[in-house]
Amino acid sequence: MSATRVGVITFPGTLDDVDAARAVRVAGAEAVPLWHGDADLRGVDAVVVPGGFSYGDYLRAGAIASLAPIMREVVDGAARGLPVLGICNGFQILCEAGLLPGALVANAGLTFLCREVVLTVGNAETAWTCDYATGDELLIPLKSQEGRYVAAPDTLSALEDSGRIVFRYRDGAPNGASNGIAGVTNEAGNVVGLMPHPEHATDALTGPSTDGLALFRSVLAGVPA
Amino acid sequence: MARVVVDVMPKPEILDVQGQAVNRALGRIGVSGVSDVRQGKHFELEVSDGVDDETLHRLAGSLLANPVIEDWTVTRL
Repeated sequence: MSATRVGVITFPGTLDDVDAARAVRVAGAEAVPLWHGDADLRGVDAVVVPGGFSYGDYLRAGAIASLAPIMREVVDGAARGLPVLGICNGFQILCEAGLLPGALVANAGLTFLCREVVLTVGNAETAWTCDYATGDELLIPLKSQEGRYVAAPDTLSALEDSGRIVFRYRDGAPNGASNGIAGVTNEAGNVVGLMPHPEHATDALTGPSTDGLALFRSVLAGVPA
Repeated sequence: MARVVVDVMPKPEILDVQGQAVNRALGRIGVSGVSDVRQGKHFELEVSDGVDDETLHRLAGSLLANPVIEDWTVTRL
């Protein structure tokens, strides 16, 4: 029985691929580096699109990266049920790629926010949250300039009605996100994106908690070994 | 060749915090009477004569603007 292989994509300007790969290994999987310019997923069982400032946030955060050769493969894979997790800039990329609804825009206060936040799990049935229970709370870092989730009113209603709001800021969205949304999933539950950083909360030595680890453990459960 | 301008603006319902910050700064240079500022993007494209309007709208709506948060206009000069 070989380890689950989780790909971690690096774009020009990605920052958090090293931490994301480490979180994958801590959770018990094999981290497989994926390069933005290669149209090749290297046979991975799941993909993490990590945070940073891909392509310098030119045009809109995540807009250029969403069209990179590797993302065509991710979009095709997601349609087949491949688990995909987007964190921070990765969440922005997945929204720009059309894998998740809505968009991320400048924080309401216009400042870069770097702080620890408490999230509440709203859906524990996605590929990336099945190791949590609904209502669980996570203490993890948030660090972003364009983290305010917005979507059309009918999209927000549909997300609420179908339980697709995976994470909410427990104490109010510091960035002004609609409905306090920190993370959402697609209809099938295999694609999840969130602004705060679970990969920075997987080791008590360097993080505020180890609450983020269960995201990376969750995907092991759904992947045939 | 033709010159084409694509203007992209945040949708009216999207809070434009950058425009608000610009508006506040206007007061600091002694300008009064400006009630609102909204900030967008202006693209100038040099395109071959064979590129039709449908293609221009497609490139505007799929890359230059994000239809979730932005409106756009395409103008041939």
